[in-house]
Amino acid sequence: MDEQAPDYDLAVIGGGPAGLAGAAAAAREGLSVVLLDAGPRLGGQFYRHRPGEEPARLKALRRGLASGVEVLLEHRVWSVERRPPGFAVHCLAGTRDERPVAVGARALLIATGAHDLALPFPGWDLPGVMTAGGAQALLKGGVLAGRRIVVAGTGPFLLPVAASLARAGARVAGVFEAGPLRAPALALLRRPGRLAEAAEYGRSLLEHRIPYRGRRAVIAARGGDRLTHVTVARVDAAWRPAGGFVEIECDALAVGYGFVPQLELAVQLGCRLGPGPAVAVDAGRRTSVPGVYAAGETTGVGGADLAEVEGRVAGRAAAADLGRGPRPDPGLSRLADRLTAFARSLRDAYPVRDGWRAWLAGDTLVCRCEEVPYSRVREALALGATDARSVKLLARPGMGWCQGRMCGYAVACLSGEDPALVTPSRPVAQPIRLGALASGDAERP
Amino acid sequence: MTAEFEIAFDGTPVPAASGQTIGAALHAAGIVSWRTTRYAGRPRGLFCGIGACFDCLVTVNGRPSLRACLTEARAGDDVTSGPDVIRAEGSPDG
Amino acid sequence: MPDVVVIGAGIVGAACAHYAAEAGLTVTVVDRGPVASGTTGAGEGNILVSDKEPGPELDLALLSATLWRELTDPAGPCALAAEYEPKGGLVVASSAGTMSVLADFASCQAKSGVEHSVAADPREIEPDLTPKLAGGVFYPQDAQVQPMLATAALLARATRRGAARLATGTEVTGLLRAGDRVAGVRTERGDIHAGAVVNAAGTWGGEIAAMAGTELPVAPRRGFILVTEPLVTPRIRHKVYTAAYITDVSDDSAALATSAVVESTMAGTVLIGASRERVGFDRTPSVPALRTLAAQAVALFPGLADRHVIRTYCGFRPYTPDHLPVIGEDPHTPGLFHACGHEGAGVGLAPATGHLVARLLTGGAVPFDLTPFRPGRFA
Repeated sequence: MDEQAPDYDLAVIGGGPAGLAGAAAAAREGLSVVLLDAGPRLGGQFYRHRPGEEPARLKALRRGLASGVEVLLEHRVWSVERRPPGFAVHCLAGTRDERPVAVGARALLIATGAHDLALPFPGWDLPGVMTAGGAQALLKGGVLAGRRIVVAGTGPFLLPVAASLARAGARVAGVFEAGPLRAPALALLRRPGRLAEAAEYGRSLLEHRIPYRGRRAVIAARGGDRLTHVTVARVDAAWRPAGGFVEIECDALAVGYGFVPQLELAVQLGCRLGPGPAVAVDAGRRTSVPGVYAAGETTGVGGADLAEVEGRVAGRAAAADLGRGPRPDPGLSRLADRLTAFARSLRDAYPVRDGWRAWLAGDTLVCRCEEVPYSRVREALALGATDARSVKLLARPGMGWCQGRMCGYAVACLSGEDPALVTPSRPVAQPIRLGALASGDAERP
Repeated sequence: MTAEFEIAFDGTPVPAASGQTIGAALHAAGIVSWRTTRYAGRPRGLFCGIGACFDCLVTVNGRPSLRACLTEARAGDDVTSGPDVIRAEGSPDG
Repeated sequence: MPDVVVIGAGIVGAACAHYAAEAGLTVTVVDRGPVASGTTGAGEGNILVSDKEPGPELDLALLSATLWRELTDPAGPCALAAEYEPKGGLVVASSAGTMSVLADFASCQAKSGVEHSVAADPREIEPDLTPKLAGGVFYPQDAQVQPMLATAALLARATRRGAARLATGTEVTGLLRAGDRVAGVRTERGDIHAGAVVNAAGTWGGEIAAMAGTELPVAPRRGFILVTEPLVTPRIRHKVYTAAYITDVSDDSAALATSAVVESTMAGTVLIGASRERVGFDRTPSVPALRTLAAQAVALFPGLADRHVIRTYCGFRPYTPDHLPVIGEDPHTPGLFHACGHEGAGVGLAPATGHLVARLLTGGAVPFDLTPFRPGRFA
């Protein structure tokens, strides 16, 4: 059914810390703002919660919306288009019925967050293997991923995941960091405020007697129709297995190698990307497309604190660019710079090394959706494919439901491309039923 | 968590709470897979948990291809497992 | 030094390389991108005789349909693994008036060797079609192939036999000459000398021709495709399209024209086309175009309404003003042969094009008059 959509100065896409702060900041300067989120409650992944258990910080952020932000929940954005003098945001409203709705706005703030970066390994499609973020999301919904859980991957996110699983009653059989363990301490020193937080996780791990090992990776998951064991190996500096193989019994594995920003909407609009997998922005979080702003993980993964600050910067810049002229806030800019530098140093401290390729066997699935094994990727390369796109065209990795969100990083690496330089082109950012697409939505020019 | 209502999974009652996703309710009930892949028939359940991987697709009240990790349970939901796609042999399945 | 340089590693270039190699020539195939990275990589893999009116293009299509069967015959010498499906095409009409035009069109085609049967109720052939149709015509010679696999497999076969070399990531920047004759190509990675050059650069064929001072008005005609989730129902067994497709193909307007073309693939997805518009090389997603394609597909197969589109992509067909491909020797530069401008029929017409080009390269007889395809016709 068509629905008449109102016009706004600013449409904010994503109700996590960046979007919430951005919407509030813009509304405070007098812009009419609509905040769209796919979920049933605001907060994004970071502040995911059960009804009635709203985190305090989220409550505070949500208070900022009182000054005239219209919130549209359960609105999934599948396409954004330039529609002079602004933009059309095409949504699917409702989680089951999917009514097509279009929202028009003079400016856009893209705050669509990130998902886990997954790497393939034998058995990674067994039920019980989840991304670290997935296990965390489940827990925030009140459900443990398993009773005996292994946490693995790389990066500082593994610690809060392990600590919260243990606190909730799971037996965490170990945390296996593929990089060296001394990296986090060095990175954290640059921002002493985080030391206390790190110490808290450390205490949690000690208290629950959870082993935290560096240069260790889960190189295989085993089981019949669900996970029963993982194989952990010592890995060298490049992450190639280097002996010390151990089988660990578990019914869940939470594995994450960092995060992948969700850039498809920015790509649809033609926003310039880089450096790395991120929307390129200036100090005001303006993208290369006039009227389009980006904040949070879409400008480079940096966590909730940075996302919130970036949202405020972007909301104020949008207001200024639309002639509302908020007073410059040098303190805010300095804070944003400092947090951005910290986020960069943290990302640099946890690179993904390419020795993970040595974990693959010929029959290891690279693409979960289309069930493409590593051997077929190699066949495509032998047939003359020289990049991720031609491997996809010949062997189908990335052609399925998830559109390469899970295998894109791996396929780029296996095709000889730098994953950071592969543009995630998804003209349909969310699957849309043909009936909904055909029926059309209300749009104002 | 106190169960507030029930949903049915392939006819079996599963407790669920308001605000809980169908994926979380199934997982909490010890059901970790509810779909099989179309070529090798491999079992799949929750993987990314946040709507990005589409592994957890499920049919709810006859509505196919919903993400169990995003779809909140409602009392009386009739959840059925897949597959709703071709098998490797190419023969239609249901 | 190869006998021939083929510019373009798409389906037409691959077919030219294949048939030239079969004729005993050595070939180097150059492309600025990877294999099948241009229009071939955006194609549905149609091998159609049904949409062509009697004339030179239909002759080419009929020869090609036979050659595709030979190339993919599991018991044949090539046995290309390219998901070839001789599924047949079903053209449907929504009104009695259109149906009678369709039936007349099919009778004309029959005189040229196109097989068909008139279906009073198209649902006997395609049960999940809408009941609101006036009839249809079934064309058993229509087929489908996975165009990227076909291209890669043709090239791999020629290179494995030592008759061809593939140089991807190699952009041609100019032509080498010896007097009037072409003597090879200049690339970013050095010169490649050869006695003949084939321009199989598809939508970009005009740029190569310009290097020889020849004007080939090949222009991009954009098309979007919707790809559904893998599905069982509705069943779509054949290539199904509406009669409007035929008039859209031969229409000259630059504005958006769409007609429903619906078919399933071996991967279980359904491909939905076909839009045509001349807007240059603009890849910006167009919601109105996607919407129209969806509406037309749902009108044909109501059961599709509940199924998801998971992907769309666009490609640029090599359009020529008279809708005929360019096949033949350059009017000014002996040794330069053009094989481009096949619009949306490149996959279907590729084997016949390659076959003819190989004959021209070796001075052999061609099976029919190539005058309508001559490169000099636009001057």
